[in-house]
Amino acid sequence: MSSRFLAAAATCTFAVAPVSAAQGLAAEPGGKLLLTRGISSLEGAGGGALTPWALITGNETDRGIGASGHYSYVTLEDFDIESLGGAVGFYDRFEVSYSRMTFDTREAGDALGLGEGFEFAQDIWGAKLRLAGDAVYGQDTWMPQVAVGAQFKRSKRDGLVQALGADQHEGVDVYASATKLFLAESLLANATLRYTKAHQTGLLGFGEEASVQPEVSLGYMLSRRLIVGGEYRFKPDELAFATEDNFFDVFGAYAVNSNLTLTAGYADLGSVALFDKQRGLYLSAQIGF
Amino acid sequence: MTKSAALFAALILPAAVCLAETPAGELPVDPYEISNDNAGADPLEGTALFEAFNGEAGISRVVDDMVDRNLADPRIKDIFAASDLARLRRTLKEQFCFILNGPCDYTGMDMKSSHADQGITNREFNALVENLQLAMNAEGVPFRAQNKLLAKLAPMQRDVVTR
Repeated sequence: MSSRFLAAAATCTFAVAPVSAAQGLAAEPGGKLLLTRGISSLEGAGGGALTPWALITGNETDRGIGASGHYSYVTLEDFDIESLGGAVGFYDRFEVSYSRMTFDTREAGDALGLGEGFEFAQDIWGAKLRLAGDAVYGQDTWMPQVAVGAQFKRSKRDGLVQALGADQHEGVDVYASATKLFLAESLLANATLRYTKAHQTGLLGFGEEASVQPEVSLGYMLSRRLIVGGEYRFKPDELAFATEDNFFDVFGAYAVNSNLTLTAGYADLGSVALFDKQRGLYLSAQIGF
Repeated sequence: MTKSAALFAALILPAAVCLAETPAGELPVDPYEISNDNAGADPLEGTALFEAFNGEAGISRVVDDMVDRNLADPRIKDIFAASDLARLRRTLKEQFCFILNGPCDYTGMDMKSSHADQGITNREFNALVENLQLAMNAEGVPFRAQNKLLAKLAPMQRDVVTR
């Protein structure tokens, strides 16, 4: 009798939980402060332009579910890189993301024997879990917001990337990020350590040897809508046929409103696929809810 | 009967003392120990920030503007509509003035006690931050100076947000 009652109570709890979660969603649209969801990195994670941050994407707080979508475009001396993707943030705690990153060889494709306009693309599925700290509220402590994440990447050029020297056409990057807003100084800082085998982020496949690569970002807030900054991303250089350089950028991100952030910058990706000095304009639009 | 009357007197007497100290236009509150420690943050150093806020008059305008924005903000107006606005404005002005190292003492309650029953969420806390930023913009407080105050207020989230 009593066990039947308990079973009924348990069923009732399970039946009610999704309803209250949905009510929570409806009751709490958005809630993050401007810019504190970050922008979207080329690999899809909430962060800066080139590196993930410990911030969780979407406008939600700990009582809601949010989302973001982005399109980013980097036009270099000889190549273009595009990224189109979306991400969902759960309770300002957990983030899942997808991004299609495309590397257009333009005329250089001909010189590389691939054909003009030949594209390397990769699908990137990401997940990020916030572990500790609060980048925004924790102003009385040195503790940053800390998150760990993984990015599963799969090149669309299975076979070709191996012919160019890669060991695999797919691989997983694992990273840990620490993000801290030094509000009294109007500064935002991030440090990420990435464990990776990727050649050129995975666009040219994955090698046998994994290494740990640091990535750093620094931003200065000029208003509650505008932050300017730079990023430096160390990268492996394991590809036999071509040198791979570290990435660097400077950017300005402007929150038009709570749903749209526009970012413009200058990216220096160094030597890419035998072509040196790949630098140029970085543009990104991100919507967020 | 006489016993309960004595008990009643014992209970009402401290409240009556408190009542006598209630500033005009405010509702009485339960007695509590008055201390600058209740402000929830140590004052900033120097006079630059107090001046950046245009002194006590500027702080007063910022607080009044922020409270007015909160009362007009559908996200949080119900929280403020239910409070003693005269007392809220006075204690907020004292708190900001104290933290900005102005010549003020804070006489309000500590952050945990004063927000204990309000069930405030992060979204609501952030809504107030936005309104405060708009009010500071309206007063012409430089962004860097705004952030010095916000950096002092931000950790109060732990006491203010209860759900």
